[in-house]
Amino acid sequence: MGSISVLLVAKVIPYLEQELNKRYNLLRIWDYPQKSQLLTQHSASIRAVVGNASAGADAEFIDALPKLEIVSSYSVGVDMIDLNKCKEKGIRVTNTPDVLTDDVADLAIGLILALLRRICESDRYVRNGNWKSGDYKLTTKFSGKTVGIIGLGRIGTAIAKRAEGFNCPISYFSRTQKQESKYKYYPSVVELASNSDILVVACPLTEETHHIINREVINALGPKGYLINIGRGKHVDEPELVSALLEGRLGGAGLDVFENEPHVPEELFGLENVVLLPHVGSGTVETRTAMADLVLGNLEAHFLGKPLLTPLV
Amino acid sequence: MANQKNNIIIEQSSEDNNLPKIFLHGPPKFSIVLQPKPSHNFHILNPSSHPPLHEFIALNPHHVSSITAVVCTGGFPVNAEVLQLLPSLRLVCTPSAGTNHIDLSECLRRGIQVSSAGNLFSEDVADLAVALLIDVGRKISAADRFLRSQLQKPWDFPLGSKLTGKKIGIVGMGRIGLEVAKRLEAFSCMISYNSRNKKPLLSYPFYSSVLELATNTNVIILCCDLNDQTRHIVNKEVMLALGKRGIIVNVGRGALIDEKELLKCLIEGEIGGAGLDVFENEPHVPKEFFSLDNVVLSPHKGALTSESLIGISQLVEQNLKAFFSNKPLITPVI
Repeated sequence: MGSISVLLVAKVIPYLEQELNKRYNLLRIWDYPQKSQLLTQHSASIRAVVGNASAGADAEFIDALPKLEIVSSYSVGVDMIDLNKCKEKGIRVTNTPDVLTDDVADLAIGLILALLRRICESDRYVRNGNWKSGDYKLTTKFSGKTVGIIGLGRIGTAIAKRAEGFNCPISYFSRTQKQESKYKYYPSVVELASNSDILVVACPLTEETHHIINREVINALGPKGYLINIGRGKHVDEPELVSALLEGRLGGAGLDVFENEPHVPEELFGLENVVLLPHVGSGTVETRTAMADLVLGNLEAHFLGKPLLTPLV
Repeated sequence: MANQKNNIIIEQSSEDNNLPKIFLHGPPKFSIVLQPKPSHNFHILNPSSHPPLHEFIALNPHHVSSITAVVCTGGFPVNAEVLQLLPSLRLVCTPSAGTNHIDLSECLRRGIQVSSAGNLFSEDVADLAVALLIDVGRKISAADRFLRSQLQKPWDFPLGSKLTGKKIGIVGMGRIGLEVAKRLEAFSCMISYNSRNKKPLLSYPFYSSVLELATNTNVIILCCDLNDQTRHIVNKEVMLALGKRGIIVNVGRGALIDEKELLKCLIEGEIGGAGLDVFENEPHVPKEFFSLDNVVLSPHKGALTSESLIGISQLVEQNLKAFFSNKPLITPVI
């Protein structure tokens, strides 16, 4: 197995990198200042690509790797992989569903609380020595607020379950209404936004959901409404979001993802009604290790000719 | 000048003779507890809650016998001495959940009723406890701080620890403890608790000491009263038992934890982290906390939401109205 070339296109936890290195001939994309050098030297041997939420394999890259058999993503979202191209060429694709559902849902609630109760801001207030001058201002209660979820998949459902612990009425939008769901369904995102105090993006990124949060949705959410994004940066029209926040048309935003990571619009740094996180939705030791094991397990199964653990294609 | 202000009040009060007279025993701007609209049902003798009680009585001795109700708060005690000064007092109304500032047994002896905030703030305080727990475990404030420093690109931020499924030990199973338990059960956490007495109707495992609780859990959340038995209930032994990956959240009172020892344990990595809404000597927070990334600091704001302020002013008014209509108090303490 040591002669199988696997290309790592994104930074991963040391455990995963070490195991891949042990089991395969591991190539790291950052060792090659130019992609063309990598391709010249190794395109004929690369049989697997390991990517993550931010880096995968587009059509052009797939075409440049004639021996590519499998793309194993260290993420659940696969918007950085050209799935159609993979289907066309018979290339397998795996991701890491389920193992990160809890962490992402926990973080979504953590973002809501941090935003509404101004946890980060008041922590700054204390660290800057301002408490001596007076109490921090009043903030906004979370319990009982209406939570609207876009996408009622594994993650959306897990968020709903946690929010119910805070007595929050739950409503949702998804491609199709879920007949078995007890939550209130809205047939459009604008209607969901109009009827929610807090709007959470929890759907996959596809052509249909690109910029699903646009000016109209933001205005419907309004100056007392809050947007939480634990999906993908491209779910949100970021310049529109920034201007809405600067103009006070939106109450606040909790963002774990951005359109062009690691770039964060500078205008957001001066705002106290935003919480900004560096894409840490699945960022715990426990979960990243479980995700790594899925990547390793899928690759192993593939090269042994066994059924894949979590195939998408 | 103070005397002139009081004279104005006296003149006004002679026109409002029939309204029940309330005395505000609290800090400047304490009248906010009777906002947003000033009540037309009562006559507030000192709307600016100034001068303080002793001075007010000295300047207005004729009012003393007409004061039948006092609205007071922490820092403005209603003790035996104060009760002695107000012979006609029949109701003490506090907009707080705690009643440490009121001599309840003396009130009982004198037949004086007492009302509090009851469970009004419990949800907000429970929400804050969970907020602090998630923040510490997932490093939310630290990560937000990291991004705003704009120093690091690409992002290389340390991993946090998973909350779902963790074992939570709640100290104090009053209303706040119950609300915290309910919220964390939705995260599939396993709840156990310690309190003065085991609660027969609760199915959560009970531990008879905080030390045992800490030994058997990953997280300790303090939701209990501060009294002689609970002072420094979280000490070095408890913290070591909780362990290097343990998290402490305090939404009770600062003195429940040995603060110096906590700081030491945080710096030395003997516990994983802490989320603190209260401190031993507020608003003073030891500056050694400020450079730590494994602690989240909150300026005693568990109940400070707009919704709670509206709620408490409504509740104070309702209690006062009920009392003066000879009806039962909404949220009686005794």
